[in-house]
Amino acid sequence: MIAFLSNPWPWYVAGPVIGLFVPLLLLVDGKLFGVSSSLRHVCAAVLPGKPDYLRYDWKRTGLWNLLFVAGIFVGGVIAAHWGGHRDIAIADSTRIALTKLGIHDFSGLAPREVFSWPALLSLKGFISVVVGGFLVGFGTAYAGGCTSGHAISVLADLQVASLIAVVGFFVGGLLATHLILPLVLR
Amino acid sequence: MTMSTQPATDQSTSGQVHRQAAGALLAYFLLGICFGVTLTQSEVLSWFRIQEMFRFQSPRMYEIIAAAVMVAAAAVAVIKRLRLRALSGEPISIPPKSLGYGVRYAVGGTIFGLGWALTGACPGPLFALVGNGVTVMIVAIISALAGTWLYGLLRAKLPH
Repeated sequence: MIAFLSNPWPWYVAGPVIGLFVPLLLLVDGKLFGVSSSLRHVCAAVLPGKPDYLRYDWKRTGLWNLLFVAGIFVGGVIAAHWGGHRDIAIADSTRIALTKLGIHDFSGLAPREVFSWPALLSLKGFISVVVGGFLVGFGTAYAGGCTSGHAISVLADLQVASLIAVVGFFVGGLLATHLILPLVLR
Repeated sequence: MTMSTQPATDQSTSGQVHRQAAGALLAYFLLGICFGVTLTQSEVLSWFRIQEMFRFQSPRMYEIIAAAVMVAAAAVAVIKRLRLRALSGEPISIPPKSLGYGVRYAVGGTIFGLGWALTGACPGPLFALVGNGVTVMIVAIISALAGTWLYGLLRAKLPH
Protein backbone atom coordinates (compact mmCIF):
# COMPACT_ATOMS: atom_id res chain seq x y z
CA MET A 1 0.00 0.00 0.00
CA ILE A 2 2.79 2.42 0.96
CA ALA A 3 4.76 1.48 -2.15
CA PHE A 4 1.59 2.01 -4.19
CA LEU A 5 1.37 5.53 -2.76
CA SER A 6 5.03 6.44 -2.81
CA ASN A 7 5.92 5.43 -6.35
CA PRO A 8 4.45 7.17 -9.40
CA TRP A 9 2.14 4.94 -11.41
CA PRO A 10 3.15 3.92 -14.93
CA TRP A 11 0.88 5.25 -17.70
CA TYR A 12 -0.86 1.90 -18.18
CA VAL A 13 -2.06 2.05 -14.57
CA ALA A 14 -2.72 5.80 -14.37
CA GLY A 15 -4.70 6.04 -17.64
CA PRO A 16 -7.16 3.17 -17.07
CA VAL A 17 -7.70 4.20 -13.41
CA ILE A 18 -8.58 7.75 -14.50
CA GLY A 19 -10.92 6.35 -17.17
CA LEU A 20 -12.73 4.19 -14.59
CA PHE A 21 -14.01 7.29 -12.79
CA VAL A 22 -16.48 7.83 -15.67
CA PRO A 23 -18.43 4.56 -15.17
CA LEU A 24 -18.06 4.71 -11.36
CA LEU A 25 -19.64 8.16 -11.13
CA LEU A 26 -22.39 7.15 -13.55
CA LEU A 27 -23.13 3.93 -11.67
CA VAL A 28 -23.45 5.50 -8.22
CA ASP A 29 -26.10 8.07 -9.07
CA GLY A 30 -25.93 8.81 -12.80
CA LYS A 31 -23.49 11.74 -12.51
CA LEU A 32 -21.19 12.78 -15.33
CA PHE A 33 -17.51 12.92 -14.38
CA GLY A 34 -16.37 16.56 -14.59
CA VAL A 35 -14.60 19.00 -12.30
CA SER A 36 -15.01 22.50 -13.76
CA SER A 37 -18.75 22.70 -12.99
CA SER A 38 -17.69 22.90 -9.33
CA LEU A 39 -16.41 26.42 -10.07
CA ARG A 40 -19.88 27.38 -11.29
CA HIS A 41 -21.51 25.83 -8.22
CA VAL A 42 -19.22 27.75 -5.86
CA CYS A 43 -20.05 31.01 -7.68
CA ALA A 44 -23.76 30.19 -7.52
CA ALA A 45 -23.47 29.44 -3.80
CA VAL A 46 -21.44 32.38 -2.56
CA LEU A 47 -21.60 35.34 -4.96
CA PRO A 48 -24.17 38.10 -4.53
CA GLY A 49 -25.78 39.89 -7.50
CA LYS A 50 -25.78 36.83 -9.69
CA PRO A 51 -26.25 36.76 -13.48
CA ASP A 52 -28.79 34.19 -14.83
CA TYR A 53 -26.00 31.69 -15.46
CA LEU A 54 -25.49 31.43 -11.70
CA ARG A 55 -29.14 31.38 -10.61
CA TYR A 56 -30.14 27.78 -9.99
CA ASP A 57 -30.52 25.31 -7.14
CA TRP A 58 -26.80 24.57 -6.66
CA LYS A 59 -27.46 22.25 -3.72
CA ARG A 60 -29.67 19.99 -5.79
CA THR A 61 -27.49 19.89 -8.91
CA GLY A 62 -24.06 20.58 -7.51
CA LEU A 63 -23.64 19.29 -3.96
CA TRP A 64 -22.30 15.94 -5.14
CA ASN A 65 -19.78 17.74 -7.35
CA LEU A 66 -18.60 20.02 -4.53
CA LEU A 67 -18.09 16.99 -2.28
CA PHE A 68 -16.19 15.24 -5.09
CA VAL A 69 -13.89 18.27 -5.36
CA ALA A 70 -13.44 18.45 -1.56
CA GLY A 71 -12.43 14.79 -1.85
CA ILE A 72 -9.83 15.66 -4.51
CA PHE A 73 -8.24 18.08 -2.04
CA VAL A 74 -8.23 15.45 0.72
CA GLY A 75 -6.83 12.88 -1.72
CA GLY A 76 -3.99 15.31 -2.45
CA VAL A 77 -3.28 15.64 1.28
CA ILE A 78 -3.27 11.86 1.73
CA ALA A 79 -1.00 11.22 -1.25
CA ALA A 80 1.38 13.96 -0.13
CA HIS A 81 1.49 12.62 3.43
CA TRP A 82 2.11 8.98 2.59
CA GLY A 83 3.88 9.53 -0.70
CA GLY A 84 6.41 11.89 0.83
CA HIS A 85 8.65 14.26 -1.08
CA ARG A 86 8.46 13.76 -4.79
CA ASP A 87 10.35 15.02 -7.79
CA ILE A 88 9.03 14.55 -11.28
CA ALA A 89 11.33 12.58 -13.57
CA ILE A 90 10.74 14.60 -16.74
CA ALA A 91 12.51 14.03 -20.05
CA ASP A 92 16.05 15.46 -20.32
CA SER A 93 15.01 17.49 -23.35
CA THR A 94 12.26 19.19 -21.31
CA ARG A 95 14.68 19.90 -18.48
CA ILE A 96 17.12 21.49 -20.93
CA ALA A 97 14.39 23.57 -22.61
CA LEU A 98 13.06 24.80 -19.26
CA THR A 99 16.57 25.58 -17.95
CA LYS A 100 17.05 27.81 -21.01
CA LEU A 101 13.86 29.62 -19.98
CA GLY A 102 15.30 30.29 -16.55
CA ILE A 103 13.84 27.41 -14.50
CA HIS A 104 16.45 26.06 -12.08
CA ASP A 105 14.44 24.38 -9.33
CA PHE A 106 13.16 21.03 -10.57
CA SER A 107 12.04 19.69 -7.20
CA GLY A 108 8.39 19.24 -6.28
CA LEU A 109 5.30 19.25 -8.49
CA ALA A 110 5.71 22.77 -9.89
CA PRO A 111 8.74 25.12 -9.99
CA ARG A 112 8.85 27.22 -6.80
CA GLU A 113 10.40 30.12 -8.73
CA VAL A 114 6.98 30.56 -10.35
CA PHE A 115 4.47 28.85 -8.06
CA SER A 116 4.97 30.16 -4.52
CA TRP A 117 3.51 33.03 -2.47
CA PRO A 118 6.58 35.28 -2.83
CA ALA A 119 6.69 34.61 -6.61
CA LEU A 120 3.10 35.78 -6.91
CA LEU A 121 4.37 39.35 -6.96
CA SER A 122 6.72 38.70 -9.89
CA LEU A 123 5.47 39.00 -13.46
CA LYS A 124 5.95 35.28 -14.19
CA GLY A 125 4.21 34.27 -10.95
CA PHE A 126 1.31 36.65 -11.49
CA ILE A 127 0.71 35.62 -15.11
CA SER A 128 1.04 31.89 -14.39
CA VAL A 129 -1.18 31.82 -11.30
CA VAL A 130 -3.59 34.75 -11.51
CA VAL A 131 -3.98 35.19 -15.28
CA GLY A 132 -3.66 31.45 -15.93
CA GLY A 133 -6.27 30.65 -13.28
CA PHE A 134 -8.63 33.26 -14.70
CA LEU A 135 -8.32 31.79 -18.21
CA VAL A 136 -8.98 28.30 -16.80
CA GLY A 137 -12.21 29.54 -15.18
CA PHE A 138 -13.44 31.63 -18.10
CA GLY A 139 -12.45 29.05 -20.72
CA THR A 140 -14.02 26.05 -19.00
CA ALA A 141 -17.25 27.97 -18.35
CA TYR A 142 -17.39 29.12 -22.00
CA ALA A 143 -16.51 25.67 -23.36
CA GLY A 144 -18.85 23.95 -20.88
CA GLY A 145 -16.20 21.60 -19.51
CA CYS A 146 -12.51 20.92 -18.93
CA THR A 147 -10.17 17.98 -19.34
CA SER A 148 -12.30 15.66 -17.23
CA GLY A 149 -15.70 16.59 -18.67
CA HIS A 150 -14.82 17.11 -22.32
CA ALA A 151 -11.56 15.27 -22.97
CA ILE A 152 -12.54 12.16 -21.01
CA SER A 153 -16.28 11.84 -20.21
CA VAL A 154 -18.02 13.22 -23.26
CA LEU A 155 -15.24 12.32 -25.70
CA ALA A 156 -15.75 8.77 -24.42
CA ASP A 157 -19.39 9.21 -25.52
CA LEU A 158 -17.99 10.06 -28.98
CA GLN A 159 -19.56 13.52 -29.19
CA VAL A 160 -18.26 16.00 -31.79
CA ALA A 161 -18.60 19.00 -29.44
CA SER A 162 -15.97 17.52 -27.13
CA LEU A 163 -13.64 16.70 -29.99
CA ILE A 164 -13.73 20.39 -31.01
CA ALA A 165 -13.14 21.41 -27.39
CA VAL A 166 -10.15 19.08 -27.03
CA VAL A 167 -8.58 20.42 -30.24
CA GLY A 168 -9.08 23.90 -28.70
CA PHE A 169 -7.39 22.79 -25.45
CA PHE A 170 -4.28 21.79 -27.39
CA VAL A 171 -4.27 24.84 -29.68
CA GLY A 172 -4.38 27.06 -26.57
CA GLY A 173 -1.83 24.97 -24.69
CA LEU A 174 0.63 24.96 -27.59
CA LEU A 175 0.26 28.74 -28.09
CA ALA A 176 0.87 29.41 -24.40
CA THR A 177 3.82 26.99 -24.17
CA HIS A 178 5.66 28.08 -27.30
CA LEU A 179 4.74 31.76 -27.69
CA ILE A 180 3.67 33.16 -24.31
CA LEU A 181 5.76 31.26 -21.72
CA PRO A 182 9.13 32.14 -23.35
CA LEU A 183 8.21 35.82 -22.89
CA VAL A 184 6.80 35.36 -19.40
CA LEU A 185 9.46 33.15 -17.80
CA ARG A 186 12.53 35.18 -18.83
CA MET B 1 -57.71 3.70 8.29
CA THR B 2 -56.03 4.11 4.91
CA MET B 3 -56.02 7.87 5.40
CA SER B 4 -54.28 7.61 8.76
CA THR B 5 -51.55 5.24 7.57
CA GLN B 6 -50.74 7.31 4.48
CA PRO B 7 -48.54 9.97 6.13
CA ALA B 8 -46.51 7.33 7.93
CA THR B 9 -45.75 5.53 4.65
CA ASP B 10 -44.81 8.84 3.01
CA GLN B 11 -42.46 9.63 5.83
CA SER B 12 -40.68 6.32 5.65
CA THR B 13 -40.18 6.55 1.87
CA SER B 14 -38.88 10.09 2.13
CA GLY B 15 -36.57 8.95 4.95
CA GLN B 16 -35.29 6.21 2.67
CA VAL B 17 -34.74 8.70 -0.16
CA HIS B 18 -32.78 10.95 2.22
CA ARG B 19 -30.62 8.07 3.38
CA GLN B 20 -30.01 7.04 -0.21
CA ALA B 21 -29.07 10.60 -1.19
CA ALA B 22 -26.72 10.89 1.77
CA GLY B 23 -25.17 7.54 0.82
CA ALA B 24 -24.59 8.75 -2.75
CA LEU B 25 -23.04 12.00 -1.52
CA LEU B 26 -20.69 10.09 0.76
CA ALA B 27 -19.75 7.84 -2.17
CA TYR B 28 -18.90 10.89 -4.31
CA PHE B 29 -16.74 12.32 -1.54
CA LEU B 30 -14.85 9.02 -1.24
CA LEU B 31 -14.48 8.79 -5.03
CA GLY B 32 -13.11 12.35 -4.93
CA ILE B 33 -10.45 11.23 -2.45
CA CYS B 34 -9.52 8.36 -4.77
CA PHE B 35 -9.34 10.80 -7.68
CA GLY B 36 -7.10 13.19 -5.72
CA VAL B 37 -4.73 10.31 -4.96
CA THR B 38 -4.88 9.24 -8.62
CA LEU B 39 -4.04 12.74 -9.92
CA THR B 40 -1.03 12.84 -7.61
CA GLN B 41 0.28 9.32 -8.25
CA SER B 42 -0.13 9.67 -12.00
CA GLU B 43 1.74 13.02 -11.81
CA VAL B 44 -0.73 14.59 -14.26
CA LEU B 45 -1.08 17.48 -11.78
CA SER B 46 2.55 18.50 -12.30
CA TRP B 47 3.44 21.65 -14.25
CA PHE B 48 6.58 19.78 -15.40
CA ARG B 49 4.50 16.95 -16.93
CA ILE B 50 2.24 19.46 -18.71
CA GLN B 51 5.29 21.23 -20.15
CA GLU B 52 6.70 17.89 -21.30
CA MET B 53 3.37 17.14 -23.01
CA PHE B 54 2.98 20.47 -24.83
CA ARG B 55 6.62 20.20 -25.97
CA PHE B 56 6.02 16.65 -27.32
CA GLN B 57 9.06 15.42 -25.38
CA SER B 58 7.45 12.38 -23.77
CA PRO B 59 4.53 10.20 -24.80
CA ARG B 60 3.49 9.69 -21.14
CA MET B 61 0.63 12.21 -20.92
CA TYR B 62 -0.73 11.18 -24.32
CA GLU B 63 -0.62 7.51 -23.31
CA ILE B 64 -2.45 8.32 -20.07
CA ILE B 65 -5.16 10.38 -21.80
CA ALA B 66 -5.61 7.84 -24.61
CA ALA B 67 -5.87 4.94 -22.15
CA ALA B 68 -8.32 6.89 -19.97
CA VAL B 69 -10.57 7.72 -22.93
CA MET B 70 -10.49 4.15 -24.24
CA VAL B 71 -11.39 2.63 -20.87
CA ALA B 72 -14.12 5.24 -20.32
CA ALA B 73 -15.51 4.75 -23.85
CA ALA B 74 -15.63 0.97 -23.46
CA ALA B 75 -17.35 1.28 -20.08
CA VAL B 76 -19.89 3.81 -21.39
CA ALA B 77 -20.63 1.54 -24.37
CA VAL B 78 -21.28 -1.40 -22.01
CA ILE B 79 -23.50 0.71 -19.73
CA LYS B 80 -25.54 1.87 -22.74
CA ARG B 81 -25.79 -1.57 -24.34
CA LEU B 82 -26.95 -3.22 -21.12
CA ARG B 83 -29.16 -0.19 -20.28
CA LEU B 84 -27.72 -0.27 -16.75
CA ARG B 85 -29.27 1.80 -14.03
CA ALA B 86 -27.40 3.61 -11.29
CA LEU B 87 -27.32 2.06 -7.79
CA SER B 88 -29.75 4.80 -6.79
CA GLY B 89 -32.20 3.54 -9.44
CA GLU B 90 -31.65 6.52 -11.73
CA PRO B 91 -31.53 5.66 -15.43
CA ILE B 92 -28.07 6.46 -16.82
CA SER B 93 -27.76 8.86 -19.72
CA ILE B 94 -25.07 11.22 -20.97
CA PRO B 95 -26.88 14.32 -22.18
CA PRO B 96 -25.64 15.40 -25.63
CA LYS B 97 -23.70 18.69 -25.68
CA SER B 98 -25.61 20.94 -28.07
CA LEU B 99 -23.25 21.68 -30.94
CA GLY B 100 -24.70 24.98 -32.21
CA TYR B 101 -22.06 26.68 -34.32
CA GLY B 102 -19.41 25.02 -32.17
CA VAL B 103 -17.88 28.44 -31.40
CA ARG B 104 -18.05 27.95 -27.65
CA TYR B 105 -16.09 24.71 -27.86
CA ALA B 106 -13.42 26.07 -30.20
CA VAL B 107 -12.97 29.49 -28.54
CA GLY B 108 -13.72 28.49 -24.95
CA GLY B 109 -11.54 25.40 -25.39
CA THR B 110 -8.63 27.48 -26.69
CA ILE B 111 -8.94 29.98 -23.82
CA PHE B 112 -8.93 27.11 -21.33
CA GLY B 113 -5.90 25.61 -23.12
CA LEU B 114 -3.96 28.86 -22.63
CA GLY B 115 -4.75 28.74 -18.92
CA TRP B 116 -3.94 25.02 -18.71
CA ALA B 117 -0.41 25.58 -20.01
CA LEU B 118 0.18 28.76 -17.94
CA THR B 119 -0.91 27.27 -14.61
CA GLY B 120 0.19 23.78 -15.58
CA ALA B 121 -3.08 22.52 -14.14
CA CYS B 122 -6.68 21.95 -15.13
CA PRO B 123 -9.40 22.31 -12.47
CA GLY B 124 -9.07 18.87 -10.80
CA PRO B 125 -5.29 19.22 -10.35
CA LEU B 126 -5.71 22.74 -8.93
CA PHE B 127 -7.56 21.27 -5.94
CA ALA B 128 -5.17 18.32 -5.68
CA LEU B 129 -2.16 20.68 -5.77
CA VAL B 130 -3.51 22.66 -2.83
CA GLY B 131 -3.84 19.33 -0.98
CA ASN B 132 -0.23 18.55 -1.94
CA GLY B 133 0.92 21.75 -0.28
CA VAL B 134 1.20 24.01 -3.32
CA THR B 135 -1.05 26.41 -1.44
CA VAL B 136 -0.50 29.35 -3.82
CA MET B 137 -2.90 27.52 -6.14
CA ILE B 138 -5.69 28.79 -3.86
CA VAL B 139 -5.13 32.08 -5.67
CA ALA B 140 -5.46 30.32 -9.04
CA ILE B 141 -8.76 28.79 -7.87
CA ILE B 142 -10.10 32.18 -6.73
CA SER B 143 -9.01 33.62 -10.06
CA ALA B 144 -10.78 30.77 -11.87
CA LEU B 145 -13.95 31.57 -9.90
CA ALA B 146 -13.64 35.18 -11.09
CA GLY B 147 -13.30 33.92 -14.67
CA THR B 148 -16.39 31.73 -14.30
CA TRP B 149 -18.34 34.66 -12.87
CA LEU B 150 -17.24 36.97 -15.72
CA TYR B 151 -18.42 34.35 -18.24
CA GLY B 152 -21.79 34.40 -16.46
CA LEU B 153 -21.98 38.16 -16.88
CA LEU B 154 -20.96 38.13 -20.55
CA ARG B 155 -22.75 34.97 -21.63
CA ALA B 156 -25.61 36.67 -23.49
CA LYS B 157 -23.14 38.70 -25.56
CA LEU B 158 -20.78 35.86 -26.48
CA PRO B 159 -21.18 33.75 -29.63
CA HIS B 160 -21.98 30.10 -28.85
